[in-house]
Amino acid sequence: MSRYFTEEHEWIDVEGEIATVGITDYAQEQLGDIVFVELPVEGATFDKGDDAAVVESVKAASDVYAPISGEVVESNAALEDEPALVNSDAEEDGWFFKLRITDASELEGLMTEAVYKKFVAAL
Amino acid sequence: MSGNDDIATIAEELPLEALPLDAWHRARGARMVGFAGYHMPIQYEGIMAEHAWTREHAGLFDVSHMGQLSFSGDGVDDALEYLLPSDIKGLKPFRQRYSMLLDQEGGILDDLMVSRLGDEAFDGAAIYMVVNGATKYDDIGWMIENLPDAVVMNHMADQALLALQGPEAGEALATLIPETADLLFMQSGPFIWRGVPLWISRSGYTGEDGFEISIPADDVTLLADALCALPQVKPIGLGARDSLRLEAGLPLYGHDLSPSVSTIGADLGFAIQKRRREEGGFIGHARVLKELADGPGAKRVGLKIEGRLPAREGAQIYAGDVLVGEVTSGGFAPSVAAPIAMGWVSLPHAVIGEKLEIEVRGKRIAAAVAPMPFVPHRYRRKV
Repeated sequence: MSRYFTEEHEWIDVEGEIATVGITDYAQEQLGDIVFVELPVEGATFDKGDDAAVVESVKAASDVYAPISGEVVESNAALEDEPALVNSDAEEDGWFFKLRITDASELEGLMTEAVYKKFVAAL
Repeated sequence: MSGNDDIATIAEELPLEALPLDAWHRARGARMVGFAGYHMPIQYEGIMAEHAWTREHAGLFDVSHMGQLSFSGDGVDDALEYLLPSDIKGLKPFRQRYSMLLDQEGGILDDLMVSRLGDEAFDGAAIYMVVNGATKYDDIGWMIENLPDAVVMNHMADQALLALQGPEAGEALATLIPETADLLFMQSGPFIWRGVPLWISRSGYTGEDGFEISIPADDVTLLADALCALPQVKPIGLGARDSLRLEAGLPLYGHDLSPSVSTIGADLGFAIQKRRREEGGFIGHARVLKELADGPGAKRVGLKIEGRLPAREGAQIYAGDVLVGEVTSGGFAPSVAAPIAMGWVSLPHAVIGEKLEIEVRGKRIAAAVAPMPFVPHRYRRKV
């Protein structure tokens, strides 16, 4: 399994043709206390860069983009009852949705963990 | 990921200025944002934790961005009764009142606190006023235009302002300044702490008991340190200040109040005492009279929201297919554990219990007009 990162502070785990998407620990830290996550419905299809989810902190709403194109196969139901999971475990249990990848070549432009760490350190 | 309504990205056009406690906030790990022309702390450990701390203990807020003004000179009461719709002549020494500046059409230019000094503070001035930070320079301009030459207004830019808020604020402040224990809600007075002259009022904007403390900017770091060394006190950012005041049902100027709305619609008629309503003689009186007689077109109301999706400022409010209003403040209310909002709704729908819908990202969410405050006020009044 490989993990990729975007400049929009999302992480993507790829296993076969399925990509699991969440926001990074840096992102949740910036957002502060998360009180609601609006997730995409199963079967929704996105092009890379489409609005896919919305995360609401106490103060503000922020869009989460589809980091790659695909069809939603599952959303994280646990976030409905416990949106704060995104704060406590952003990069594991706080995942947002799973996509069936339509164009694996889109992964090529994404960052590795080491590169993302450097990217964040420079912010 | 990108913020579409992030307070941290609301850029000011002018370069931001530093408040006297700037370094103090940063040393305590505050996340600083631009607000009202200043770098200000939006949060330290997190809005939810800071909000809860203030409701249970005592939070220290730096509100030095607000405008502190003093007034003196012959005819100061008459002059202020022309500018403000509130009873100034009947304001006793050491008493404070909530009031506002109205324009000629009765629109709200700012809301403010006004108190009568007792000749012992601020160089013997008669009246002390605290106005909003974002509007202070406009307020000053407006007042200069509308004050007679004999009345002197002084903008005390070298004073800092701290708010200490929460159920343990009283015992905390009394450990430093025992005499403050005698103050009741909306009373104020001069105090001395370590040789520093303070003007302290028992008031605030969280719905909790607490104080607002005016102190020379040069001494504010010392006081902030002394307060935060107490076990009851932690520094609290702007984020929690906003969620606390929203739960307390208190309007925020520039959001819930603006020049396009009036006192009566804003449900702030309590700020215009009977004599002033009858006699008038203040800017904007005609609008007040008219709305008292005919009712305002719309009213500021509280909104309780079903589910967990917050409705934010700007969201439109519907009764069936009819657009009846707009959310002016909204968010998740930590002490209510649900989203709440404040908004303006046309008069026929501004009735407690009225079921409405709010549109959020193309979806309708159920809401009902709710009484405010959402969390009971706990001011220290006469026992």
